Amino acid sequence: MPPILTLEKISKRFGAVVVADNIDLTLLRGEALGIIGPNGAGKTTLFGIVTGTVAPDSGRVMFEGHDVTRMKPEHRCRMGLARSFQIPQPFGGMTVFENLVVAAAFGGGRSEREVYAGCAGLLERCGLADKANRRAASLTLLDRKRLELARALATGPRVLLLDEVAGGLVEHETAALVDLINDVRSTGVSIVWIEHVVHALIAVVDRLVVLHEGALIAEGDPPEVIRRPEVTEIYMGLEELGLEADA
Amino acid sequence: MEWLNTILQGILLGGLYAMFAAGLSLIFGVMRLVNIAHGDLIVLAAYVALVTVQALGINPLLSLVIVVPVMALIGYVLQRALLNRTLGDDLLPPLLVTFGLSVIIQNGLLELFTADSVKLNAGAVEIESIAVGGGLAIGVLPLIQFALAVAVIAGLQWLFYRTAIGRAFRATSDDPSSAQLMGLNNSHVFGLAMALSLAIVAIVGVLLAVRSNFDPAIGPARLIFGFEAVIIGGLGSMWGTLAGGIILGVAQAIGAQLDPGWNLLAGHIAFLVVLALRPQGLFPKVQG
Repeated sequence: MPPILTLEKISKRFGAVVVADNIDLTLLRGEALGIIGPNGAGKTTLFGIVTGTVAPDSGRVMFEGHDVTRMKPEHRCRMGLARSFQIPQPFGGMTVFENLVVAAAFGGGRSEREVYAGCAGLLERCGLADKANRRAASLTLLDRKRLELARALATGPRVLLLDEVAGGLVEHETAALVDLINDVRSTGVSIVWIEHVVHALIAVVDRLVVLHEGALIAEGDPPEVIRRPEVTEIYMGLEELGLEADA
Repeated sequence: MEWLNTILQGILLGGLYAMFAAGLSLIFGVMRLVNIAHGDLIVLAAYVALVTVQALGINPLLSLVIVVPVMALIGYVLQRALLNRTLGDDLLPPLLVTFGLSVIIQNGLLELFTADSVKLNAGAVEIESIAVGGGLAIGVLPLIQFALAVAVIAGLQWLFYRTAIGRAFRATSDDPSSAQLMGLNNSHVFGLAMALSLAIVAIVGVLLAVRSNFDPAIGPARLIFGFEAVIIGGLGSMWGTLAGGIILGVAQAIGAQLDPGWNLLAGHIAFLVVLALRPQGLFPKVQG
């Protein structure tokens, strides 16, 4: 499979803190890649660098064969890069449906009329159909997370970056989310997923990388990677990690 | 009957104030920019109308066909070339830059057109009136003015809640960085918002020029009326802005009826009373 997204020697520091240290990372077309690592390892910053809200100090971001390192976020979105935020950031003053319509119309470069049906379908898929006309600010955490994902999907991404979408959800909610993400994957969308809920991650991803202090310290087959000593060593709560992996 | 007439004239005048306010409120709502030059841009539009009328010999009301697109274009370019650079977490830079812009517009107009006051002549429509019974009559021009105000407010309301560009305005206003990640070009969206604001300014400028004498220095007072109407009505609510304009207009009319010198004072007092008793305005946008 050819690569769809490649990070080449990406470095970024905020003052004295190195959040990305010469990172090389490739996402293959149709692949689902998981990223784990302790808080502050630089995972979310990587998403910022890929989507264009954070400028790397050095290195290149290649998407679909184009160098997008200096491209504005809105252009990257229209090319097919979308992300969700760990803390959902819906357009609070707009309805749930309007949130999707804006994302689909502007992210997909289509007229509103063309996207209505697709957005209605997305609401259905993400379990938000009955809340279509609610103001986004009035949603519960679970529904905000659903909306966050639905809105990213509405832009019609070819690569979807998910930032801790399972955090704060109970077991059956997580299971429903895993189903949804697998479903999205089956439509040909490549996925990068940052997650602390490792068992959910492993249920989806083909490959796992471990980020620590801005550097990639492990990469490979998910069940095997999380058992490596260097991973269990830096990843807090060793037993917890092992248990979750077996669950 | 005299009082009824006063109130009626105040309501009609309020339409004009609501239009002063609508463009101001729109810009603040979309990009948190307080446009100190708003009043001077109204005067600029009046002079653009003056030049158009003199050059083409057309009726001032017809000149809207030219003045509106010209002002909208000025707005778009102004936003993209200058004002977008001032936007950020800090409210101060746009405040300072638009204040500077206000000075530049006033002095530029003074240089070009002198301080002599001028007026546009719209012909017979200026003195025509419709009798509404009981000895009361409504001027056709104030009526047109009020109808335009209602149309502008209704149009903005429709645009904001029923069209793609309106949703883009609201999304960008809500969270500019998320909007960018949804494919919205914020600079362009802000440019369009300013274009729309100055299109309204163009309508106001022409009406102002037909209604009374104007000179390069009258802008800041229009800005104050606009601010007052926005605050009375409540930020973020278009129909509230119309109500705010009407309250201001009626207060001024009643003040003038009591004593001609109390005209402006009564308006400011109404504004201060609302600010003291209900600082969020009479019809703030519903939250939650």
